[in-house]
Amino acid sequence: MEKRDKVTNVFLSGVGGQGTILASNILAAVFSSAGYDVKKAEVHGMAQRGGDVTTHFRFGKKVYSPLIKFGDADYLLAFELLEGLRYINWVKDDGKIVLNNHKIYPPVVNLGEMEYPENIPDIFRRYFNGNVYVVEGVEIARRLGNIQAANVVLIGAFSNFFPEIKEELWIESIKSLIPERIQELNIKAFLEGRRALS
Amino acid sequence: MKKVVMQGNEAIARGAYEAGVKVAAAYPGTPSSEILRTLAEKYPEVYAEWSANEMVAVQVAGGASIAGVRAMASMKHVGLNVASDALMTFAYTGVKGGLVIVVADDPFSHSSQNEQDSRNWARFAKVPMLEPSDSQECKDFTKIAFEISEKFDTPVLIRSETRVSHSDSIVELGERVEPNIPIGLDPKEAPKYTMVPAYVRQRRIFVEERMKRLEEYADTFQYNVMEINDTRYGIISSGVSYLYAKEVFPDWSFLKLGMVWPLPKKLIEEFFKKVKKVAIVEELDPFLETEIRAMGFKIWHGKDVVPKMYELSPEKVEQALKGNKFKPPKIRFDTSNLPKRPPNLCPGCSHRPLFYALKKLGLFVFGDIGCYTLATSPPLEAIHTTICMGAGVGMAHGASKALGKEGPGKACAVLGDSTFLHAGIPPLMNVAYNKGNSTTIVLDNKTTAMTGHQEHPGSGYTARLEPTVAVNYEELGKALGVKSIRYVNPYNVKETMDIIREEVNKDEPSLIICKDSPCILLRRAKPLEKFKYRGYSVDEEKCRGCRVCLEINCPAISWIKQEGTTKDGHRRKGVSYINRDLCVGCSVCEQICKFEAIKPIEK
Repeated sequence: MEKRDKVTNVFLSGVGGQGTILASNILAAVFSSAGYDVKKAEVHGMAQRGGDVTTHFRFGKKVYSPLIKFGDADYLLAFELLEGLRYINWVKDDGKIVLNNHKIYPPVVNLGEMEYPENIPDIFRRYFNGNVYVVEGVEIARRLGNIQAANVVLIGAFSNFFPEIKEELWIESIKSLIPERIQELNIKAFLEGRRALS
Repeated sequence: MKKVVMQGNEAIARGAYEAGVKVAAAYPGTPSSEILRTLAEKYPEVYAEWSANEMVAVQVAGGASIAGVRAMASMKHVGLNVASDALMTFAYTGVKGGLVIVVADDPFSHSSQNEQDSRNWARFAKVPMLEPSDSQECKDFTKIAFEISEKFDTPVLIRSETRVSHSDSIVELGERVEPNIPIGLDPKEAPKYTMVPAYVRQRRIFVEERMKRLEEYADTFQYNVMEINDTRYGIISSGVSYLYAKEVFPDWSFLKLGMVWPLPKKLIEEFFKKVKKVAIVEELDPFLETEIRAMGFKIWHGKDVVPKMYELSPEKVEQALKGNKFKPPKIRFDTSNLPKRPPNLCPGCSHRPLFYALKKLGLFVFGDIGCYTLATSPPLEAIHTTICMGAGVGMAHGASKALGKEGPGKACAVLGDSTFLHAGIPPLMNVAYNKGNSTTIVLDNKTTAMTGHQEHPGSGYTARLEPTVAVNYEELGKALGVKSIRYVNPYNVKETMDIIREEVNKDEPSLIICKDSPCILLRRAKPLEKFKYRGYSVDEEKCRGCRVCLEINCPAISWIKQEGTTKDGHRRKGVSYINRDLCVGCSVCEQICKFEAIKPIEK
């Protein structure tokens, strides 16, 4: 398997309860099994209560900092559109962006005091041209029977960027982290996400 | 040995397990909670308990140490303030079995009421402190901390922080090895453990001598590591700050300190001899800087450029040391005006109607530490102080004494069940004893919710989920001398308001206990079963868009701008909308709607 020496930075963002932490755990399991050094950082606690959640995931030959340097993300994996836009400046010029086409209104929008930004995918396309990928994560997961699996749909889409990593390794890692009763659903969600971008 | 990806806290637990720890105690607090949880769930060889508070946790660990086993207590930074009374004197008595206290700081206060730098405790208590930077070090440093503790007869502090405790990296696992210390209590050792003045003065000498020996040990400590590369520039650092600095200046020289107290004087001297310009990169206080300056060294940069508050990051370290040469990445899109997304109480949370009731009553609310601090944000804005565990109860009493006859009906204290048991009992006893008239409301949600559902002495379960006795708050209140004790069901807004109004107006101490109000995420308590309907929806023919239902700040309710009229001809500027995916059917919005525009959805 071809190895990347340089450290690769993946920035994950979403809303507390969307499963960004599980998604980043899958990434850590996959890339450590593939022989890379990995580091991952997140904030627990208050962030679980519907606030914005970010996770920094890094892998490479040797990783020092658990945090990505501002402006140095190779990938942005956003589980919610506004939470993607909030971190647009973290991405490198030639970075790739995967957006879950899903809106969760924050309190100020619920109260009608502010508007939810329109056309977020287009804002990304303005700066990143063809490197913006929009995935119907929630719709796909709803069709499979549980919208909670949208996070794994996104991971499936994201997996396409790493052709050197075999599909089985992704599936094994998902199995190792998810309770048996919902494994089948999540593997389907992964495969659907993988097909959605390939 | 097997390598696995582990969170820093899990690695500290693993280190304790491999070191042969027999007794572990903790009170939950972000970012430290997973340490004890991991020990309770994964390592049956270790007795693990949630203690009533951090002070008790250190007492438990100290007692176990004196009985001859390795013992550990873990807590968040402010927890060590609570436990400091025990720490300061265990520093004199020393240990028998290794005694390690883990303290997890929270720079930037991601989930804390302050940003204190726990390294100061090591200097203050005259005990050694280790500071790991990643999960492998979390495990290794925990193991060696027990050896240091026994070798030098001292408690050892391990300082973690959010980015160490809550980061994951690869750890190589080892075997559990139990130490060879005779277990048992020996009354002949009383002079060592009985800190009455005569014995204190003996141990005081020992403490100073121990510090000298520890200073010498620091110079040879295997995790104080010098990396000589480019000798023009060097950085002295520790913990996660080292990783940030190493990330942005990989070619510079480094002195990485695994032990941040006491400092290795000879090693530092050697580093200054070998490297021309030495900077000190540390988060929060100028702790290393102050000490190294006091040793007489001239440093190139420290807190003159490195921020002394909030957490560091690779770019902050780079910017600090490069100064004008630092080129920040371009801001392609201004994100500063995007709608913010602060954390919120969950849909169906029992705190929401309770705080709505307090707001409607116009009370000044002395708050405390827990999920209910989320009721601070608009539009609820129903908490007016948050200081420390238990503070609200004591403060409400103080305020009532200050207000005198003007007091009744103006204020109340509010705190959670776990917080009440942690630090709320002495101040409530104080209200009754000192003839106060303040009202204390215990929001009993049957768990320590904010930190992720840990058990406590009122939950009925131990850390290992074995059923056990549970505190009866009513009986406890009576025993403390409170005569007026009432229960409220917070999901009944009107009744809750009536009862609170009566109690706060009484000229005697009151205790109000929320009942049938478990955390909405606590599956064991089946919190949804008591709700009659599976959810609610807005009847658009009746909704006048008055926005009253928005006052409870429920994530399921939004308001959509849309001019129109109701069926009976009232003009409106918009309508409310309930998200069915989020609504759990708590009925609070239905109760406060003045136009019967919120309708149940049958189960």
